[in-house]
Amino acid sequence: MTSGRFILHAAAWAVVVFLMVPTLVVVPMSFGPAQHLQFPPTGFTLRWYSDYFADADWMSATWFSVRAGIIAAVGATVVGTMTALALVRGRVIGRRILDLLIVGPIVVPHIALAVALFLVFDRLRLNGTLVGFAIAHTVLAAPFAIFSVLAALYRFDADLEMAALSCGASRLRAFWHVTLPLILPGVLSGAMFAFIISFDEAVISFFISDIDGKSLPRKLFEDIDYNLTPVVAAVASLLSFVSIAVLIGGHVVGRMAARRRAG
Amino acid sequence: MGEADQGRVAVEGLVKHFGSVKAVDGVSLAAESGEFLALLGPSGSGKSTILMCIAGFETPDAGRITISDRDVTSVLPQRRNLGMVFQRYTLFPHMSVLDNIAFPLKMRGVGRAEREAQAREALATVRLADYGARMPAQLSGGQQQRVALARAIVYRPPVLLMDEPLSALDKALREEMQLEIKHLQRELGVTVVFVTHDQTEALTMADRIAVLDHGRLCQVGTPRELYEAPRDPFVARFIGETNMIDGRAAADAAVGSRVGIRLVGDTVVEATAMAPLTRDAAVVIAVRPERLVVSADSGGPVSGRVREAIYAGVATTYVLELATGATLRMRSATGANALDLPADGAVSLSWAAEDARAFAAEGA
Amino acid sequence: MTAATSARHLSATTTAALLTPFLVLLAIAFLLPLGVLLYESLFVPAPTVQHYAKVFDDPVYVRVLWRTIRISAIVTVATLVLAYPLALVMTRSKGAVLALLVACVLLPLWTSVLVRTYAWTVILQRNGIVNQLLQELGWTSGPVRLLYTEGAVALAMAHVLLPFMVLPIWASLRNIPDDYTRAAAMLGASPVRTFIEIVWPLSRPGVASGCLMVFLLSMGFFVTPALIGGPQQMMMATLVSQQVRELLNWPFAGALVGCLLVVTLGLVLAFNRALGLDRFVGTR
Repeated sequence: MTSGRFILHAAAWAVVVFLMVPTLVVVPMSFGPAQHLQFPPTGFTLRWYSDYFADADWMSATWFSVRAGIIAAVGATVVGTMTALALVRGRVIGRRILDLLIVGPIVVPHIALAVALFLVFDRLRLNGTLVGFAIAHTVLAAPFAIFSVLAALYRFDADLEMAALSCGASRLRAFWHVTLPLILPGVLSGAMFAFIISFDEAVISFFISDIDGKSLPRKLFEDIDYNLTPVVAAVASLLSFVSIAVLIGGHVVGRMAARRRAG
Repeated sequence: MGEADQGRVAVEGLVKHFGSVKAVDGVSLAAESGEFLALLGPSGSGKSTILMCIAGFETPDAGRITISDRDVTSVLPQRRNLGMVFQRYTLFPHMSVLDNIAFPLKMRGVGRAEREAQAREALATVRLADYGARMPAQLSGGQQQRVALARAIVYRPPVLLMDEPLSALDKALREEMQLEIKHLQRELGVTVVFVTHDQTEALTMADRIAVLDHGRLCQVGTPRELYEAPRDPFVARFIGETNMIDGRAAADAAVGSRVGIRLVGDTVVEATAMAPLTRDAAVVIAVRPERLVVSADSGGPVSGRVREAIYAGVATTYVLELATGATLRMRSATGANALDLPADGAVSLSWAAEDARAFAAEGA
Repeated sequence: MTAATSARHLSATTTAALLTPFLVLLAIAFLLPLGVLLYESLFVPAPTVQHYAKVFDDPVYVRVLWRTIRISAIVTVATLVLAYPLALVMTRSKGAVLALLVACVLLPLWTSVLVRTYAWTVILQRNGIVNQLLQELGWTSGPVRLLYTEGAVALAMAHVLLPFMVLPIWASLRNIPDDYTRAAAMLGASPVRTFIEIVWPLSRPGVASGCLMVFLLSMGFFVTPALIGGPQQMMMATLVSQQVRELLNWPFAGALVGCLLVVTLGLVLAFNRALGLDRFVGTR
């Protein structure tokens, strides 16, 4: 290895360490017995995790986030699949404007949307409600669902749809029996992505939550700001585990679909 | 509806544009009931577009399409009751072979047991009875295309459309499949409209061939008619091999009459006029390589020399260079009466007037 | 391009029907709220630009604006410097090493920004790891204040936004055929020269979209400045939050958001013109 290559690789691995270090610090601390966050931990305990599961506030925030995440995932996936179909198979007037609209929720700063939704939801009495969260998170996740399904549709052989029509299927049945099963991995990964976006979303949640209706990130936000207990480390670790589990789960589902097709 | 017309496919005055390109330019033709009609032409000739219009995947800009004497011009593809085999193997990759074949029956509301029985029967027809449980990805290209064929015939459509179904297969498999499809078509009595760019394939399989060029229909006829009596220079060149010799009409001539043609160097040869010719009009004469008569001397009216002799087993092709500079190909069957011309030797050429067709030169 | 009359394509009516749910959703949960907020900034109490003028006139807010731009620029440059070597090594890796690198880039992206910011508060707090380390090494006698400094904000934001820089650069580097660099080497170019002449110019679209994404996200970033910067290191987003939650000054918050939206729209449109939006959206 030349010295130039050595420096390049050393730099890259240093960046990898930088990326991973915070997670590698927080997760062990969540298992540490000390009341105050301590690194390295001096023992092992699951106390902070059991505290989390025993705490009614944490639990209600968690279930609120799970429900909002599921609704947003379903909503974003259905809307995203329809939009992706229109983009690939349809005759779209004003395609350039539509492209801009689709990236809108991604590029517009979340603080802008958060404050704007807070204002409008206040008048509609939607702040702190599941409906409000579902609407806000669906619009946030829909673009990602669109891209996920778009990618699957571009990989899909459109002649198969024609073959289905030539077999006597209507457009709807061709979609249901042929297109949908084949783009399903893309649809599902879009759904999981949408769920995670909703479940992890902190900025809009911060504004549109109220005392009775708050999401897990909002609850976490408050506790980080006001009382840095090891329970927070446990919740943060759990959130990471959930994200990683969903990511790996999505990957496995995609692999299985591919394998089943190969027979 | 007359029973005889069941499965007749006709297009009348078909026009289809893609943007500013005229893909199909006023084509009228018909496949009779139980006929195997090949649409033959180079890429861009409009043959696939015509098929897509018949299938209903493209809507013509003008013209009418009838199937079994029913006007289907504005009928959805799924309601035309056609069988279709695509160029690539469009089997549904997530369904087993049997489910693929049963799919059209399912779409027609046939019950599960009945569906499976009919699918098995269709699978046996294409000689893949044991492959029902496999997934498409586990089959070879030829097997996949046979399954696609089974899927297209399982519901006994009166018409089968095929869009270059064999072009993805290698030569040996392609030739085997050509005979198999032909055999199946006879057995089922189904009308087939078959798109191909391969003239050998069209000649082998079709009852009649429609030759297309630049969206226009050049000629429809049996393989023998097209080969032996091409009506225009394009057909003559596209079907089989043809020598094209430039010249000028020595006199006015009506279609079908014998006419003298003056070649470069003022030699006059005889040909049959395929178009009304006026004296001195530029013409091209088409002569098949195997219809040229060659003798190893230089005394004849058209003389030249052997540039190359290509031995290909069943026949030898000689490349001849005329005194005028033109190059001709001449073919002679090998065997007892084989011609054996020495390389670089002088030869003279002639042909029977009925074997030489004089067309008005293109662009003249 | 296929002509209008083809069954391969859906009819204009079906297309419109398929697009309707998304457009309705966008209208009620995106365009309408932003519109109402901007209306507040321009028409409350009467048609005025005074709220916008305040952003650029009042020294307190000018300082926040400058800090936001400065930190965003620092974060963009820092992530670029960190991301490029990693992306380059990813391009040249295969198998398990590549999988490990990709996982290390993707996992942070899939864990909440909140969680990653939280990790930094833990690391940087008064009795956190960094302070422990500094004291053990004898570099400082007592705990140093690390949280609520501009450096801490920039460090944590660079960490949180790094994947958004790595992925587009990696994507554009991956698209450079090996043949190009091989050909350059065959023609006698040194590795450094090959990089300058071939690799860097061809990776510029990825660099551009990474920089755009990171800069945009930085300008409007809320979680990290709120938790690590605090009121001392206020940025645009935290200022907006303060105006809304503490002062209920909607028109001024609207003006701040309006400024952010103008910057966003300007950069996105410029990018669209230069490289095309599809390039940008393909990044995540």
